[in-house]
Amino acid sequence: MNRNLIFGGALSAIFIAAALISFVWTPYTYTGMNIPDRLLPPGGAHLLGTDHFGRDILSLIMVGARTSIAVALVAVGIGISLGVPLGLWAAARRGSLVDEIIMRGNDLVFAFPSLVIAILITAVFGAGAINAIIAIGIFNIPVFARITRGAALSLWEREFILAARVAGKSAARISFEHILPNVTNLLIVQGTIQFSLGILAEAGLSYVGLGAQPPTPSWGRMLADAQTMVSIAPHMALMPGFAIILTVLGLNLMGDGLRDYLDPRLRVARA
Amino acid sequence: MLRYSLKRLLSLVISLAVASLVIFAVIEVAPGDPASFMLGMNAQPETLAALRSELGLDVSKPERYLAWIGGMLTGDFGTSYTYRTPVAEMVTQRLWVSLPLALYALTLSTLIAFPAGIYAAARRGRAGDIGVMGATQLGVAVPNFWFAMMLVLLFAIKLRWFSAGGFAGWQDGPWPALRSLTLPAVALALPQAAILARVMRSALLDVLGEDFIRTARAKGLTARQALWRHGLRNAMIPVLTIIGLQFSFLLAGGIIIEQVFYLPGLGRLIFQSISARDLIVVESVTMLLVFAVIFVNFAVDLAYAAVDPRLRART
Repeated sequence: MNRNLIFGGALSAIFIAAALISFVWTPYTYTGMNIPDRLLPPGGAHLLGTDHFGRDILSLIMVGARTSIAVALVAVGIGISLGVPLGLWAAARRGSLVDEIIMRGNDLVFAFPSLVIAILITAVFGAGAINAIIAIGIFNIPVFARITRGAALSLWEREFILAARVAGKSAARISFEHILPNVTNLLIVQGTIQFSLGILAEAGLSYVGLGAQPPTPSWGRMLADAQTMVSIAPHMALMPGFAIILTVLGLNLMGDGLRDYLDPRLRVARA
Repeated sequence: MLRYSLKRLLSLVISLAVASLVIFAVIEVAPGDPASFMLGMNAQPETLAALRSELGLDVSKPERYLAWIGGMLTGDFGTSYTYRTPVAEMVTQRLWVSLPLALYALTLSTLIAFPAGIYAAARRGRAGDIGVMGATQLGVAVPNFWFAMMLVLLFAIKLRWFSAGGFAGWQDGPWPALRSLTLPAVALALPQAAILARVMRSALLDVLGEDFIRTARAKGLTARQALWRHGLRNAMIPVLTIIGLQFSFLLAGGIIIEQVFYLPGLGRLIFQSISARDLIVVESVTMLLVFAVIFVNFAVDLAYAAVDPRLRART
């Protein structure tokens, strides 16, 4: 095990645990306003302080983690469930028209300024977590399609695939029974990276009011609320900001660590 | 080179055509009729019909698409439903904010990333390298709009060196304008600098493992001389590609930062138009941004092929 994997995994685990615990327990109720306790600094009864409505920031961050993680996770799910079959298909029919169409389609999605299109989608179809998921998810599809195709192409030249073809297996069966298990490591690593990018994108969309809607707490929304308060209560901006940074940092480190751990060549080099 | 350029040009045209169809389709399914929105709830049906005809909303969808594309190609982006001014005029005004902001941020990002990447590569595996790489990990994890808020807190509210938002304009010379773009540019540049420094470092490390560097060292150059004279020039190709991509990203990516600093750029124009259901502005500005991204990618590809003959031969 390497340091990146342990440290990144631990950081990510803390936020995932916080999100899960928030389903059954938070220090205070996140919807309850308590005006006399508004803008309390961190410490005392409220570990991370309170916001302009007197809500406990730790509770908001815990529930906000749920929103961030759910949006990013489903967006990665969309990318994997559509992108991976497309990539496998393109590789199985390499050089054909299907391959060309899939790859050019990918290039096209890559060419779009993703944030602008995400904003356009959420603005046209209405702000909300579901549309944010779709907007982020769409841009995950070509990422997974491309990485799957790239890895699958080299596998198609290998002897064990040739053996499967000689045994009479169809291209579809070979793709799912032999190619897919061999690209899984790569997909796990990329999935971690896209997950962290999804958290940043969700925060950005929520910040401009196009992500999760009140009263559902989200980290981006908390930062938007904090903006006008930043001079009198900086902790309102600092705390959700740290939550985003630590989660994204944790996931990125975990991605790096997983890449080293899952790549057999690197493992041999270390041994 | 000509064949490669033509192939890339064809792909550019197809990409733009598909992009325009997608944008048009998304805007078309948007709920709400701009004419009803402009006239309010108590509008007379005749007035509504007249306005729909004036805005060109009473013709079929394919006709509307062709009119829009035809107009864009001749520089006529339509007329804003809300402001009743030509969209091209609004875009030009806003570009005077968004374009300098993107260039400013790109300059800062390059000025930070180059020394950091070169320093890390030259000290591979040592404390300096680990420090720079740790900083870049942090840099890519920081949301730029949060960093922007922290810059406002420190430099505008506490130290009062800069204003917290707004744009001074270019009429009083470049300095007041650049001053109001400084904090937004720094906020935009930080994550980009982190990415660029990582690319610079890995490109340099790749090059430093090449035979010609060993030859240069064998001929008596110190490691530092080999890096500066031969390594850097060869590492520039991937780095320039990323810089090209970053420019188009910065032009479109300033959208949230413009919100933080209340800058009257293209990003804010899109937001204002969305909330006013001024869909012709949304449509045209989005298309322009997509065009900028696709065109910069195209230019980068050509530049890349011009300096690296292997790439031309492969296609």
